[in-house]
Amino acid sequence: MLVQLEQTPRRWPRMSGGQVVELADAIEDLVHDGDAVALEGFTHLIPFAAAHEIIRQRRRHLTLARLTPDLIYDQLVGMSCADRLVFSWGGNPGIGSLHRIRDAVERAWPQPLVLEEHTHAGLTARYVAGASGLPFGVLRAYDGTDLAQRTSVAPVICPFTGEQLAAVPALNPDVGIVHAQQADREGNVQMWGITGVQKETILASARSLVTVEEVVDRLEPRPGGVIVPWWVITAVALAPGGSHPSYSAGYSERDNSFYQSWDEISRDRDTFSEWMRIHVLEAATT
Amino acid sequence: MSGASAEMMVVVASRALQGHRTCFVGIGAPSTAANLARATHSPDLVLIYESGCIGAKPTRLPLSIGDGGLAETADAVVSVPEIFAYWLQPGRIEVGFLGAAQIDRFANLNSTVIGPYDAPTTRLPGAGGAPEIASACRQTLVLMRQSPRSFVSDLDFCTTVGFGGGAGDRARLGFRGAGPMMVITDLGVLEPDPDSCELVLTHLHPGVDVGAVKAATGWDLKVADDVEVTAPPSAAERQALTRLEATTPKSQAHG
Repeated sequence: MLVQLEQTPRRWPRMSGGQVVELADAIEDLVHDGDAVALEGFTHLIPFAAAHEIIRQRRRHLTLARLTPDLIYDQLVGMSCADRLVFSWGGNPGIGSLHRIRDAVERAWPQPLVLEEHTHAGLTARYVAGASGLPFGVLRAYDGTDLAQRTSVAPVICPFTGEQLAAVPALNPDVGIVHAQQADREGNVQMWGITGVQKETILASARSLVTVEEVVDRLEPRPGGVIVPWWVITAVALAPGGSHPSYSAGYSERDNSFYQSWDEISRDRDTFSEWMRIHVLEAATT
Repeated sequence: MSGASAEMMVVVASRALQGHRTCFVGIGAPSTAANLARATHSPDLVLIYESGCIGAKPTRLPLSIGDGGLAETADAVVSVPEIFAYWLQPGRIEVGFLGAAQIDRFANLNSTVIGPYDAPTTRLPGAGGAPEIASACRQTLVLMRQSPRSFVSDLDFCTTVGFGGGAGDRARLGFRGAGPMMVITDLGVLEPDPDSCELVLTHLHPGVDVGAVKAATGWDLKVADDVEVTAPPSAAERQALTRLEATTPKSQAHG
């Protein structure tokens, strides 16, 4: 699952000439069956439109990495896209369970799901190491817990102080996908508000896709804004509203009532499948 | 859980924040308690959410740790790598809140699975930020409803270390913080014995007797010689809480 980041990600050929590409084309070219894929966004800027395109294109056997699987991975898992989940907190925030992921873990529906779980700090350190070109990240974590026996962590001794710390392996997904507010016509990207591990996801991944709310002539730097230059991004696709039911600060509000209604939609296999058929499989692509 | 006991938990947690400057907050009762503290005795309490919002001053109770209102009102919004590496890990934050599906007599917590790990009867959300909050905050407060199913003699899985196997374990593990100083339940308050670190019942909420708390505990709960009765919510606390809860639609008021 861990791939070496051997070279600076190539800019996608179709991006040349400042063209922003179609989301469906980007998913077709960048996401392959069996890939390790990270769709990040910490509550904010979750790339739902990209996930729905992955579902429509019926990708299979993915390893999905994400701090908080959220509804986005509940949908991908329930639609048979994934064999394996790398995560640190899997719930519907403020509501309860992710019923499709639970069904996969507890009853192997629609297929078994192998879990690799971390703490937020541990998985974050894996992304940072991946983005930094280091083989492992180091932190104070996992000691004394049963998690240490159930995840990829190993003790490491500080060569300066002798202190024992936790080492976690770098995470280098095949594809990193995030949503941002804006791109310019060159493909430079800016996101602001809660920016989670999005920058690290782009930099750690062999290929990357950023979906955006809007393409502008020129990015105006925002307070707290994170700007990612075009040459580390493989493709940019326009997907206005593409973070719904999550949100894009400055463009949309979090749809809290949808997060609540998901509890009911996702609880039952048939209700879920019917919802996905109507709202994703048969929905017009962006 | 009755509305009155849920309210008592939040009020007691809010009072426990008095005199503290910084608090790492989760969603639900902890967030309500921390915002109640700001609305009553500690207007300058710094609320830190794991989404990277430092010094958030939400005007309505958030449904998720990433709600827009937290970022808009924060003194600083930092990335997730930064919140864990720079802010939590070095022990800068005074109080952290924790909750779980199971707790044992040394306040170790399970939020991972009920049943065997490889064939769980219930798959729970997992660790999130809890293990590092528990090790790095200078102290933690645990908020949990008390029942024999949740207060157990043996955890199905240890996600988060409270006092491990007892006195001295936190130091052996190299943890910087003091650990869980209070377990606040719907029935009363448990605190670690200063010598053994085992939880001891020290406070009963009004109208609750020792027998009820022991019956809701899956081990032989130790009881302090001088168990006190928690002061009921004051008029000011009740008013502030009502105002806060009015900011969130009823269906979203808890999570």
